Amino acid sequence: MRLPQPCGPLSEGVVETLRARPNGPHAVPEPRAMGDVTYPLTDRDFQLALWILYELHYRGFDDVDDPHAEWDPLLMVSRAALERTFEHAVRRLVSETPDEAPALEDLGDTPAEQVTAALVRMTARSGPSDVAQFLHRRATREEFCSYLAERAVYHLRESDPQSFVLPRIGGAAKVALAELQYDEYGGGRPDRLHQALFARALDSLGMTTDLAPYVERATGATLASVNLMSLFALNRRLRGAAMGHLAAFEATSSLPCERILRGARRLRLPDAVIDYYDEHVEADAVHEQLAIRGICAALVADEPELAPDVVLGATACLAVDGLAGEVLLDGWRTGRHDRAAG
Amino acid sequence: MSNRRVVVTDCPGGPLLVRGADEVVGIDGTAAPVERAVVAVCRCGRSDRLPWCDDSHRDRRRKTKT
Ligand code: FES
Repeated sequence: MRLPQPCGPLSEGVVETLRARPNGPHAVPEPRAMGDVTYPLTDRDFQLALWILYELHYRGFDDVDDPHAEWDPLLMVSRAALERTFEHAVRRLVSETPDEAPALEDLGDTPAEQVTAALVRMTARSGPSDVAQFLHRRATREEFCSYLAERAVYHLRESDPQSFVLPRIGGAAKVALAELQYDEYGGGRPDRLHQALFARALDSLGMTTDLAPYVERATGATLASVNLMSLFALNRRLRGAAMGHLAAFEATSSLPCERILRGARRLRLPDAVIDYYDEHVEADAVHEQLAIRGICAALVADEPELAPDVVLGATACLAVDGLAGEVLLDGWRTGRHDRAAG
Repeated sequence: MSNRRVVVTDCPGGPLLVRGADEVVGIDGTAAPVERAVVAVCRCGRSDRLPWCDDSHRDRRRKTKT
């Protein structure tokens, strides 16, 4: 993939640095430029800068010549500065999320019981999202494609962030995460790799499978929802949050996927699109149980002090994904949203 | 696979997780082949994909059909 087009001072700083010749002078993205960022969770320039820095840890960019860019100390400084601001904003959003939930201690006798009950409770409250209902009943083919384009930023890298957590946890939780990831990665069949299923869906609609154009058109909130997974997965101290996020993500996926599947059928979209959502209704019903009971419960049985982080990660997932959904719906409502890419 | 142990895990309020099975046979004798390492078998009877759980057990409201 090529570097995406920057869209403001922060992403320009990162892109310029990455384009600079190896060993040449580095234009360190100026952390003070962040003084201008009022709401990092929807700030496209901010989220794009962070997304590009994170991508160095995934597949990287064809037009970045410096093989050391991934661990460049100056880029690390920039990443840390962006992450601090991002994490602060996420924690703030979580603390502002209305919460009638009982205290963890009141939900069960052991940390595992408490966390299981908390996760089931918080994900049960969320019905099928407004986005899923819109896609089910009302979306035009163009709007459906614009949804796929928006989600491509995640689905073309589906499940990769959580793989970084495998070496960071142990015992039964590690085994359950490996089991879940094995399923996400096709269960031994390359053609069933979920990322590949999504790429096939895009392809069947004549849309590109190159990630860069999708990153360039994604809203700040969508980039934030993807960056959130990297923030949790690439910082070991946040491993509890990473697994709480995964649990909430999987537990709120199956029913919406069913709605989206019906929307795709209503619009008579190609089989590859149907196949993607069809696979996820069943898979995510399994993954939800694995993530809540297999991973999170086992993790806090092993490391009880992580229980609040698991809940934090789950709450952050619902809040940030909710925000990204609202922004998307607003875009459809005002009709200003770009139509399908590619 | 050499390890042929079949394990069933209870998920209260939800499905049974089944590992290591080859097929799940319904009451009418239809065998559903197991195509992933772990499957979730519906226990609430509300799934549209019996014998598999499709998370309908979570949906407290009546299901809408298209
Ligand atoms: S147990 Fe999940 S749908 Fe029946």
